[in-house]
Amino acid sequence: MKLRGILPTALAIASGILVLAGYFFAIDVLGEIRLTLIGWAVIVAAFAVFAGLVNLLMVHVNKIRQREKGMAYSLILIAALIVTFLIGLTGPETPTVSFIFNSFQLPVETSLMALLAVTLAVAGIRLLRRHLNLLSILFLATALVVLLGTAPLPYLGMIPYSDWLRSQIAQVLAAGGARGILLGVALGTLTTGLRILFGADRPYGGDNG
Amino acid sequence: MMWLGLAGFGVVFLSAALMLGLSFLRRKSPPTFRDIPAFTHLKQAIGRVVEDGSRLHVSLGRAALTTPQSASALAGLALLNRLADLTSASDKPPVVTSGDAALALLSQDTLQSASHASGQGVYDPTAARLTGLTPFSYAAGAMPVIHDENVSTNVLIGNFGMEAGLLTEASDRANAFSLTASDNLPAQAILYASGQEPLIGEELFAAGAYVEAGPMHAASLTVQDILRWTIVVAILGGILLKLLGVI
Repeated sequence: MKLRGILPTALAIASGILVLAGYFFAIDVLGEIRLTLIGWAVIVAAFAVFAGLVNLLMVHVNKIRQREKGMAYSLILIAALIVTFLIGLTGPETPTVSFIFNSFQLPVETSLMALLAVTLAVAGIRLLRRHLNLLSILFLATALVVLLGTAPLPYLGMIPYSDWLRSQIAQVLAAGGARGILLGVALGTLTTGLRILFGADRPYGGDNG
Repeated sequence: MMWLGLAGFGVVFLSAALMLGLSFLRRKSPPTFRDIPAFTHLKQAIGRVVEDGSRLHVSLGRAALTTPQSASALAGLALLNRLADLTSASDKPPVVTSGDAALALLSQDTLQSASHASGQGVYDPTAARLTGLTPFSYAAGAMPVIHDENVSTNVLIGNFGMEAGLLTEASDRANAFSLTASDNLPAQAILYASGQEPLIGEELFAAGAYVEAGPMHAASLTVQDILRWTIVVAILGGILLKLLGVI
């Protein structure tokens, strides 16, 4: 590894060890170092938003320059970005900024959420075509039972025992399974963190080893 | 409180020692893992990307690096590094989308390093993109990438919410292969229904070991198994002691 790669790796490993030690040992100095390092990380992450914005702008300027498919949307995006940015300079909570958020951002995101409901219904049907096995049938049957136990049917009302069945599935079977999955995720999180502490994974400087 | 801290440190220290020891052993004898069809299909899809000149799309989710969910994003970055290496012979570099600014910067860095390591030296800074900062704006920004950029393989790995359903739908419409993994439980259910090759639970963190990202990845997978069995024995022991009235 070149010196250019050694310095960030050494800094990352040292920071990681100090923050980790700050969590485990109730020593004032370690606690202060941990909070300072996390504070720095938050500041850097905030600056990254600005860099991300420049990246977004570059992607769409390139699309327009090369007259790619959907360049009209890129034009709209850049215009909206500039207008929102200029209005945003007056303050993040002014009535105009709130108007932009409530009239454009919120309805568009809500409509995407509604679209997702349809997409998932189609995906449920497609699941049986893709993987016709006992697990898929069980998955869809459980989803149906939980749906029936959540809301009454038109003209029929609640199906008897469906509410009880839903709570048994959600609070006993699903909760037990979810805890198992979360334990697995926690173990994965631990080993991923350790790989970064060892410098085996170096997302900050690439060329992992 | 001090005891809890010491116990936590003990687990981390033991895991670290095991990982180091096993990674040394793994260099001599590569391990054998159980077959996960999703990874076999991913390797085939990567082969097709290289052969037909199409593009690989990796979406890393929207985990902020200062939150606990960042582990899934970091596992995604490790997989990206390996996939960028595997597709280095392809005509087009992989395209990466993410919903967090710091993650977008790290993915740019990863692509740049992979490009230099492969000796190509040509790096396109717009190949790694921040597509949106809210869940649905992120999905809305990533969907055109799947549709319009000749993508034949989509790898969604990281912290996703319900918006992942829109990405898998876009992948299906583009007749592309999709491998999906999230650390978020509702997203796992959605991806199970809508994804072609969903990874459940800790399988997300096994990705590096299955694409041969290095002996440390294989060792970390073995350590996860050892810790899992320790927890299973502890839970069963606890149940037995409770039944016997000891605790």
